[in-house]
Order: sequence, then structure tokens, then C-alpha cells
Amino acid sequence: MASRKDHLGRPVVAVTGIGIVTSLGVGKKDNWEALTAGRSGIHPITRFPVDHLNTTIAGTIDFLTSSSMGAAALTYELAETAALEAVDEAGFRGVDFDGPLFLAAPPVELGWADRLELYRKTKDGAGYDRLLASARGLNSLDLFESTQFGSIADRLSEKLGARGLPITLSTACASGATAIQLGVEAIRRGECERAISIGADGSATEEALIRFSLLSALSTNNEIPEKASKPFSRDRDGFVLAEGGAALVLESLEAAEARGAEILGILSGCGEHADDFHRTRSKPDGSPAIAAVRAALADAGFDTGRIDYVNAHGTSTPENDKMEHLSLASVFGERMRKIPISSNKSMIGHTLSAAGAVEAAFSLMTMREGVIPPTINYDQPDPAIELDVVPNTKREASVSAVLSNSFGFGGQNTCLVMAREPN
Amino acid sequence: MTAHDVVITGIGLVSSLGVGVDAHWSALTATEPKPVIDSTRYAPYTVHPLPEIDWNQQIAKRGDQRQMETWQRLGTYTAGLALDDAGIKGDEALCASMDMIIAAGGGERDENVDSLILAASETRSDTGVLLNEKLTTELRPTLFLAQLSNLLAGNISIVHKVIGSSRTFMGEEGAGVSAVETAAARIRSGQSTHLLLGGAFQTEHHDMLLGQELGGYLHRAPWQPVWNRQGAEGGGLITGSGAAFLVLESRGHAEKRGRTPYAVVSKVASGNARRNKGDYAEAVTRLIGSLDRPAKESLLISAASGTHLPTAAEKVALDADATLAYRGLTSLTGHLKEAQFPFAVALAAMAIKNHAPYPAFASGEKAYSGQTDSVLATAVGYHRFEGAALLTAA
Repeated sequence: MASRKDHLGRPVVAVTGIGIVTSLGVGKKDNWEALTAGRSGIHPITRFPVDHLNTTIAGTIDFLTSSSMGAAALTYELAETAALEAVDEAGFRGVDFDGPLFLAAPPVELGWADRLELYRKTKDGAGYDRLLASARGLNSLDLFESTQFGSIADRLSEKLGARGLPITLSTACASGATAIQLGVEAIRRGECERAISIGADGSATEEALIRFSLLSALSTNNEIPEKASKPFSRDRDGFVLAEGGAALVLESLEAAEARGAEILGILSGCGEHADDFHRTRSKPDGSPAIAAVRAALADAGFDTGRIDYVNAHGTSTPENDKMEHLSLASVFGERMRKIPISSNKSMIGHTLSAAGAVEAAFSLMTMREGVIPPTINYDQPDPAIELDVVPNTKREASVSAVLSNSFGFGGQNTCLVMAREPN
Repeated sequence: MTAHDVVITGIGLVSSLGVGVDAHWSALTATEPKPVIDSTRYAPYTVHPLPEIDWNQQIAKRGDQRQMETWQRLGTYTAGLALDDAGIKGDEALCASMDMIIAAGGGERDENVDSLILAASETRSDTGVLLNEKLTTELRPTLFLAQLSNLLAGNISIVHKVIGSSRTFMGEEGAGVSAVETAAARIRSGQSTHLLLGGAFQTEHHDMLLGQELGGYLHRAPWQPVWNRQGAEGGGLITGSGAAFLVLESRGHAEKRGRTPYAVVSKVASGNARRNKGDYAEAVTRLIGSLDRPAKESLLISAASGTHLPTAAEKVALDADATLAYRGLTSLTGHLKEAQFPFAVALAAMAIKNHAPYPAFASGEKAYSGQTDSVLATAVGYHRFEGAALLTAA
């Protein structure tokens, strides 16, 4: 029997449930089929007018009930949809989950539709004084809840029967990975036998798009939306804003085996390191990302030779892909040219707060299915980035351990190491 | 006593009462502590405004200051106070290996741009196009970063070089509770040796007030202590601008550095009791009961918000225990949202270190002249979540 303690004597953490929603569809099955077929979920924006915008495409999720109901409502539905799939698979359908809940979610604000409607409710005064006057006349908590950062996790916690005060977190584009890391750490501390880690982001609003656009972060390849996200390509010009959600049920291997649960993979190691260089740019020598990768490997007790595949952060911005290559080449040396690495974002775009969780879920499926999803739109390789990006077509391969990277604004770098089986 | 005990070795505080630990201690131990309030600028709301702050003291580069709005500046500044107090600031190696958990809300929106759009919406029916038109031309790119929740932590990394790890918790008072609870658990288990945590809130901004008024929570009558707002106009919440940061450390790590701690964080408890079901006062009693405090009279620092239902329930719970003498810090600082619990924990730690209790913060709070070798802290959220901690002498 596999050891139930890791190299540092801590409980081994298994994954027993996975749920995914992306612009490719709802659920693991549809997502995996589309992802391995190299299909893109990126499309022209229809949620709001695109007049005056430089970027008119996104990976918005337009097929859920809450898709047009604002960022808070959609983020909740994405989180709930993914979480229910994960707890169902783990075998906790219809019973209290009874473990802590960690939610990676975008900071939410009162949406513009609501802000404008609130403004119209009163006729006296102007600006915020008028909004405040209208707010005093509300007799429902719906708008209030849409501005409370604890509200989504609280609702989820009640729905799932999770234990205790649910934690909502943001580490920007690394949030999903941080949610998983917090779950792993809680199990290792012996606080719980299981935890649910969720990443969800339904915040592709006009304002979010414009804000990222003002930072020159977004692709403006609007003509053929499905070809806009081209990680590691020479002509990459920014990321594609997208929405999504994913959930993992994490469980001590011992508890999972004791109840006869199917083990979908092992969360072997988590590593992070903050960057003190700049608010949006990485330190030129890549040292924080390098430190995060090394910390994840060390936490897993793996040497670099154990990694068979890298699930890249691969945003398709000029800066990220260059930096990610530099960091990986520094850690893995010459071997990095031969390790397959692909970016799910080439198909689903950048799901921001959800990305780390979505990509961890896909990493686990990659190992289980023995199929590496491709990096699509790889038509013009960047000669400065020598990587085997699994170009354009999926590849069958036996993958026993994966490194998944997440890097975000504010100097956030979080890496996860996952394995197909316990040691 | 073990090397993995969680000790507090640094505190940074800012509120309307002043800047730093000493200013707060002297304001809070005055014979009759008095709040600093402003009831005109945001009338009908009262706020506890920021004191005078020389940002240069903790954020040396003007360029860094310009990248932030007041919320992030306030947090970064107060984090610096805590690092200074712990003797860690400027120690490159200690900062590089230091973990960080920030309890954050959002930063300030650009009120001018918002008001411009709202005004224009009165004469335009194509509001979607209007939004794009105005937002693309009027928003300042840097302001987006000033609004991002995790960029308070990002700025602390840049300014103070704390880069061991960086996590931002969100969720109003609960984020502050989870920050303290998670930090303590990490240190106790050996996952962390030294850690910076805290939160900041800048209430002097209409959008921040709006967030709370959407729930009808702001108090609109003349200022009253936090326990005495039931039945008055509005929802009982009087907000303040301020911040609280703590340096938590394992006892072993602190001893090796030769630091004398303020106090030990003996136990932290958190809860998510359903307020619409059952007796909420009982839930608060159970939460405090779960701290296993010594069976003797104790001081308790409460971060009660003033919102009617939860504050009344907390008062019932506290009044029912004759061994507790409580102090509602929010009467004097205003409600500091994510910083509420770290602030309460800081005040508890200061009473332990100084071997002295606080006088009543408001009429109705009973006198206490007993020992302060174990002091409690509570934060019952204004809308959801609750937390409590037991601090003991180091």
C-alpha cells in the first residue's frame, strides 16, 4: 500500500472530486473533449456593447442562468456548479461536506447596471450623495450582498454544508492555486480530513475589460477570436479575458482510502514566492518565479527529473511567456526543451481568479487520461522560447507528475506539483 | 510553554486616535477616552477620520506613494509600523523569509469618473456605449491597481520587501479573523516561523460608505457609543479609517532574535453562525466558551460593530458572564471592517504587556481593575461571521 505520509511525515493529500466550468462547457466530460480536440472557447463579446473598445473578444460564459446578472451572481453560479460536480464525484452528494471551504474569487463591486438603476431611483442631488440616498430607501439586501466579499463563500458554505468560517481569497491570477494550497495546508496541519478548494471568476464586465485594456494586457486580435490567445508564439499580443470555475475535493489519502473513495490524483507540493520588483512586471531575472517552482518541488520532495509535463501559466502576454520560459529553463536546465508544456489558456483564455484551479483540474485529468492537451494557435514559434509546447494537437503520453504554474499581478507566484499516484 | 507557541512581537496601529502603539495606549488609558469624530463631511453619517500621517516615515519613495490611493498607503504604512515595532523592518533576510496574510476589501474607485457617468446617464439611453466611452477615456490605468484587493500585499512586498509568501483574504471582518486564525495555525504547526498580518480600511470615500448603506447599516443619528445605538436612526454602524497590523512569530524564533513578546496567542476560534436561525447570543457565548479561558475575571476587547442585531446579541452574551469586563473599541475608533479583529487582538496584547487594563471606553461598561495576564478579543461581523481569541502573558 502507498505511504499515507509524505517525505516530511505529513498526511498525503489526495484529490477525490473535480468539477470544471469554462467557456468550453459545463462539466469535466465536455471540457475535456473540447480541450483535447483543440477547440477554442473564445468568441466575440455579446454581453455588453463593444463600441470604443480595443478588445472585443473574450471567453465569457454566456450559457448559465446568471450569465447576464452581474459578476457576483455569475461567480457564485460558476463556483456552485463546479463545487457540486466535485462533491458529487467525491461521494458527498446530499450530505454535509463537513470540511473547510476555500474560495478564490474576484473582488466584486456594485455592477454598473445596478449602480445606474440605483441612481435612477432618486431624483434629488447628484453623484454619490444621490446613490447613498437611494441606498437608504432599499428594502432588499440583494444589492448589498453583491458588494460583500464574504457573501459568495458564505452561500456556498451553506449549500455544501461546509465547516466553519469559509475563506475567500485573492492572489490575483494565482488565486485558484492559492485556494488549493490553503486546503492542502489545512489537511497537513491535521485540522480536517478534507477540504474543498474552489476558484471562480465571472467578472468579465465592461469595466474589467477596460481596466485590463488600459494596462495593455489584452490581445486585440479581434478578427478571428479563437486564434487570439497564442501562448509562446512570436506574435502573441496579450491575454484573452475569460470566465470559469473549478473545484477540487482534497482529502487526506488515509481518509479517502478508509472510505473507499477513488483517488483521482495527489496534491504533492505547493510553493510560492512573492515578487518585490513591480506591481505588474516580474523581476527581470525571474528569481521569484524560480523560487516558487523550486519551493513547490521541494515541498513535494521531487527532484526536477520527476516532472513529466508542465501546465503553463502561459497567458499569451509578451512578458509572461518570456518570463515563464526563463524561470523554467533556470530550474530544469537543458531538459526543459524536452519536457512537454502546454497552455490551456490558448483555448479557454485567462480565467483570472479561477485559472489556478481550472488548470490544476486539467492537470489532474491530463495524468489520468494519459493525454496532454495542446497549445493551440502555435503557428509562429517565438525563437527566443525553445519549448515543446505540444503544438496545436493533443498528445498521448504517460504523465506521472505535473507542475502547474500561476503568476499574478502584485508579485504573486504560486506553483503546484501534482502526481498521478501516491509514492 | 513550547518553542511553537504563537507570540506577538510587533504591532502597528493607525486610527483617528493617532499613529502607533504608544499614541493608542495613551488615548485609550486616558481617564475618559474620547472619540475623534467628523459628523459634517459625510452627513448624515459620522466617521472617525484618519489622523495626520507623514507617509514618508514608512513609504520612503514618492513614486511608491503615487502608485497607491489612501487605502493601500494606509495599510503599507501601518505594516511598516508593525515591522519596525518587531525589529524586522529593513532586515532583508527576515523580510525575505517572512509570510504575509492580508485581510483586504477593495480600494477606492474614482468617484469623479463614476459621477460623470451617472450624470451623463440622465440624458443618454445608450448607457452601455456611454460606459465604454467614458471608462476608456477617463479611467487612470494606475487606479485599477490601487483598487485591486491583493495589491495592498503587493505594495507591502515592494515597499517593505516581505516576500516569503503573500496571501490576501477577503470577506469583511471574517477576513481579519481568518488571517489571525490561519497565521496562528501556520506558526503552531511549523509551517511558518514569522508572519505579518493585518488590514486597513479607509472610510472617507463615498463608495465605501455606499457598500455598507446598501444594507441599511450606517448609523444616521448623533454619535453614540457602540452599545447604545439600538433604536436610533439608521443601522448602528459608525465607520472609521484605520489599520491594524501584527507580527506573529513562534516563541523559538522570537527568543533567538532576543525579542520580548507582547503576548501569546493561545487560541483563536471562528464561526459562521446562521443569524436568522436560533439564538445568536448563544452562538456568541459558545464561540467565547470554545476558547477554554481560565475560570477567573477577565478583560475582553470587543470589536462589536454597532449594527443592531449582532451587537445586541453580543451584549447579551457578554453581560450574562459576570466574570467578563468588556471594552467596545469601535466606540473610539469607528468600525474598521477587515481590520476589526486584528485591532482587538492588538489592544488585548497591549494590555497584557503593560500589565494594565483599559478604563471603560463608554458609559455602561463596568470598571475593571483585575489582572490582565489573560485577555480576550472578539469580532462579531456587522453582517456575517464571528471570531474570538484568547491571549495570555508571554
